[in-house]
Amino acid sequence: MAFALLKYGLGFGKFERQFPKQKDLKDSYDVVIVGGGGHGAATAYYLARDYGITNVAILERGYLGGGNTARNTTIIRSNYLTPEGVKFYDESLSLYKDLSNDFDMNIMYSERGHFTLAHTDAAVRTSRWRAEVNKHLGVDSELVFPDEIGKICPQLNLSQDVRYPVMGALYHPPGAIARHDAVAWGYARGATMRGTELHQKTEVTGITRSNGKAVGVETTRGPVKAGKIIQCVAGRSSLLAKMAGFKLPIKTVPLQACVSQPLKPFLDAIIVSGSLHVYISQSSRGELVMGGSTDPYGVYQNRSTLEFKEGLMAHMLELFPFLGEVKILRQWAGMADMTPDFSPVMGETPVDNYYIDAGWGTWGFKATPVCGKRNAEMLATGKVPEVLEPFRLSRFNEFHQVGEKGAASVGH
Amino acid sequence: MKIMNCPLNGPRNISEFVCGGEVTVEPDPNRCSNEEWADYVFLHDNDAGVVCEWWCHAPTAFWFIAERNTLTDEILRTFASSELFSERQDYSRPEQEAGQ
Repeated sequence: MAFALLKYGLGFGKFERQFPKQKDLKDSYDVVIVGGGGHGAATAYYLARDYGITNVAILERGYLGGGNTARNTTIIRSNYLTPEGVKFYDESLSLYKDLSNDFDMNIMYSERGHFTLAHTDAAVRTSRWRAEVNKHLGVDSELVFPDEIGKICPQLNLSQDVRYPVMGALYHPPGAIARHDAVAWGYARGATMRGTELHQKTEVTGITRSNGKAVGVETTRGPVKAGKIIQCVAGRSSLLAKMAGFKLPIKTVPLQACVSQPLKPFLDAIIVSGSLHVYISQSSRGELVMGGSTDPYGVYQNRSTLEFKEGLMAHMLELFPFLGEVKILRQWAGMADMTPDFSPVMGETPVDNYYIDAGWGTWGFKATPVCGKRNAEMLATGKVPEVLEPFRLSRFNEFHQVGEKGAASVGH
Repeated sequence: MKIMNCPLNGPRNISEFVCGGEVTVEPDPNRCSNEEWADYVFLHDNDAGVVCEWWCHAPTAFWFIAERNTLTDEILRTFASSELFSERQDYSRPEQEAGQ
């Protein structure tokens, strides 16, 4: 290791760039992907790998994976409530399992087991409902009770003498975490290796339309013509959709999270509590990654608030009283695009040749591979894949929502 | 704690308030199309910048209107809804349906 570093330091040995140098923007591309996060990069990756479509530009206003891809709490699971949701997220989970091999890059996918704690009769009922839907669709998911939880996760405070005692939990053994940056880098590297162009610091400022069709984008580096356009911009979806001329069923609300100082590994499982608005996992660096509910009102800002920390920590201490002396190391927030039914908005839009990948409230990171793969299929074939169909934008006009509130988020 | 000025109760902690969403014009529920109603119920401008919203002071159930900047998280102005609305919304059913 030391000699290898010295060799590079002295200028010997071949240095391979992870990404090719950024080129000048061309006048036109077959596909323009707005947003260089996980979803945008994954779309480019599968377009190039599975369909050989490489005359593609990813336009990113900041830097690769610098938005919500870098701000989530990296939990991957598929124990949702509706059959549509379970199928969609389970396809994502199975793609995640092979991703390190696909990329030839370690995304540190780590299967931990995932507990959704139930503190009320209603939550136990929802857990049982989810377990049955999951099992019916072949997803490993089980309703467990405190004695079983204690065997797998003895660190958890299962005392019944607390304000919200644990009555049971939905146990989902395939629940996992992964390194979020590596997911964006792996997808982007795989795409750029095959000829796709990644343009960072290139902000889209307008969508050019002609006869109800999207034909190009205005950017801070000049106009670009496009055969097809897809927006994958997470927290700025409504603003971009407005440029394209339509409204979305989205409210943008900050979602705050934080990590503790690193501790020796003691917590294998991922613990989530909907009633206590808290989720915790221990990262491979030993930090406890903690998040809670979304903020009570919308702002386009990544600020952190003391109220959030106080609430989160009070509940954390109820579950893990021995963490009282542990310090918070970092805090941050991401922009969560909350939809009324807690499901994403995918597929076609009122504008021809303009596709959408949006509505990612607190469930975006785990859906990265399936979105990339199915977006690519949609852009290449012109047909909306069956697995994306339930999440169409027009479901709101048809009053045909996919209600995932009981399974998608801890903030409700 | 962030402070919001309630037109009825004066300055209070923002945790006492509930955001009720954008101030929009409600279409006539008896005459509008499904699309218009879905637009009203589900779709939002969700602007980055100054927005005009319904807010409620939960302990007193008082609804009012606030202008705030979603980029800076600043509350610019709060005022009673009577500044914008002079009549109560009439939710009674149209006469021909009333007997059904």
